[in-house]
Amino acid sequence: MDVKMHGGNVIMNTATMAYRNLLKTVHNPDNFMDVVIQPVLFMLMFGYLFGGAIAGGVQAYLPTIVPGILIQTMLSAGSGSGAQIREDLDSGVFDRFKSLPMAHIAPLAGQLFADSLRLLIATITSLTTGYLMGWRPAVGFGWVVAIGLLAIFTGWALSWIFALLGLLAKSAGAVQSASLMTMLVLSFMSNAFVPLHSLTKPLRFVAHLNPVTYVITAIRQILATGSWTHEALLVLVFDVAVVAVFAPLAVWAYDRN
Amino acid sequence: MSAINAIEVSHLTKKFGQKTVVDDISFNVRQGEVFGLLGPNGAGKTTTLRMMTTLLKADAGHVKIFGHDTVKEGRLARSMFGLTGQYASVDEDISARENLMIFSRLNGLSRQDAKQRTTELLTEFSLENSADKALKNFSGGMRRRLDLAVSLITRPTLIFLDEPTTGLDPRTRTQMWETIRKLVKQGSTVILTTQYLDEADQLADNLAIIDHGKVVKMGTPAELKQQVGGTKLNFTVGQATQVSAAVKLLTAKVPNTIQRTGQRLSVRLNQVTDLTPILAALKQAKIAIDHLSVQEPSLDDVFMDLTVGKN
Repeated sequence: MDVKMHGGNVIMNTATMAYRNLLKTVHNPDNFMDVVIQPVLFMLMFGYLFGGAIAGGVQAYLPTIVPGILIQTMLSAGSGSGAQIREDLDSGVFDRFKSLPMAHIAPLAGQLFADSLRLLIATITSLTTGYLMGWRPAVGFGWVVAIGLLAIFTGWALSWIFALLGLLAKSAGAVQSASLMTMLVLSFMSNAFVPLHSLTKPLRFVAHLNPVTYVITAIRQILATGSWTHEALLVLVFDVAVVAVFAPLAVWAYDRN
Repeated sequence: MSAINAIEVSHLTKKFGQKTVVDDISFNVRQGEVFGLLGPNGAGKTTTLRMMTTLLKADAGHVKIFGHDTVKEGRLARSMFGLTGQYASVDEDISARENLMIFSRLNGLSRQDAKQRTTELLTEFSLENSADKALKNFSGGMRRRLDLAVSLITRPTLIFLDEPTTGLDPRTRTQMWETIRKLVKQGSTVILTTQYLDEADQLADNLAIIDHGKVVKMGTPAELKQQVGGTKLNFTVGQATQVSAAVKLLTAKVPNTIQRTGQRLSVRLNQVTDLTPILAALKQAKIAIDHLSVQEPSLDDVFMDLTVGKN
């Protein structure tokens, strides 16, 4: 009997799955819209609309808003994973993935690795737009890369949460609206666009609970001081914890699906 | 052929909430045969298939594929079969070639082997000309062909097909049947679900008729048809006043039950030669008839007999 056994190399399977997701994106360039157009649009809109009111000018507002928009873009790009996964699950192609003798985490991991490319594009677009608007960080280029990586890692960690949401939800539409809501609430109820002291007490309390506030604070501190701060470390630990908790949960939900 | 069965299903049970969807199903599939799971919509065919292919966990019972338990040796079992689901399980957003390449790689083929296998399958399933087009522009038949091609990447000796021709036009359906027959000729074992009786009749060596999660009948199509009996005669009596006379006449000629729907009568004949005396008698009694037809027994009759009134 000719029954072949196939090696189940996790890394190889994941790489193939990531390649698949990239191909899908390349064939559907619309998928890049949210990571290219959105940060440019938001950076211009918020910068020129609110710069004067909040900071007395666009130039003065840029150090506040660049990290703000950067993290907002990470949130929205990361939240796309959930809807994408739900869509895949509903299309029936996941049935085939699951019936293949391959590592069970590969389809998920592949999706999330492909997503990190989207996060990278979003980061570059956000920072470049800021630069073109006149944002000049005082610290060296190395630190800008560092905050870029921190932002990407944060976005990637969050995308595991959205992946879990996608696996548990009923439809892609439901995931999409839930993700959008979460993204809006988390990014606006923080210090992304406004200084915290300008908020009312209850709102300030909420903003202090919001992890997004800490991520943005950490990035601003690095850009201001050119050193790795206590906050940045906290964010890193938080990101690792999120992955440690939500990656196994997502795999569990995937197996259960 | 070795004595080992391709599939052994024993006491398989699945409940969704309070509803028992698959109820203590057991059957064996021999190597090299086409085994059909036939049943109306919602009978539990797909659920059974999903449990057999490790996509769904059974509440009770177990499945062995070439002697390997699908739960205890899931990965090994999965490496032994190909599956074509009810919904085309291919990627819509990428091309046929890319689909085949990716699934080849996921099946553990090297890049070189994957490339070669992809070319082979594209040729075999007549998809070369559309190999690099987006699947969005594919017809239903092309999609199914690609789907089947993907299932055959590793040349599995066991192939699961879940309603392989649902939604296909007659020509594409016949093509699909040809493909399935070719696979069997090459030595594959095929297990398919279908709600089409003619499909089961055309392809299956053995059948299990499933209704309400239970196997109601098992056997070869010929055996099942034989159970229902011989040729069926149908006709319509021209005048309503003559119907009872016609019924009386038929009763005298054949011992079987006569079905009556308005002016339409049908009765099973034990042999085709019974037909001539009946027609002669009708003519003699001056009963005019219309829409005469003589039907060979079909699985439809088996199906209706076994599942009628239950759904």
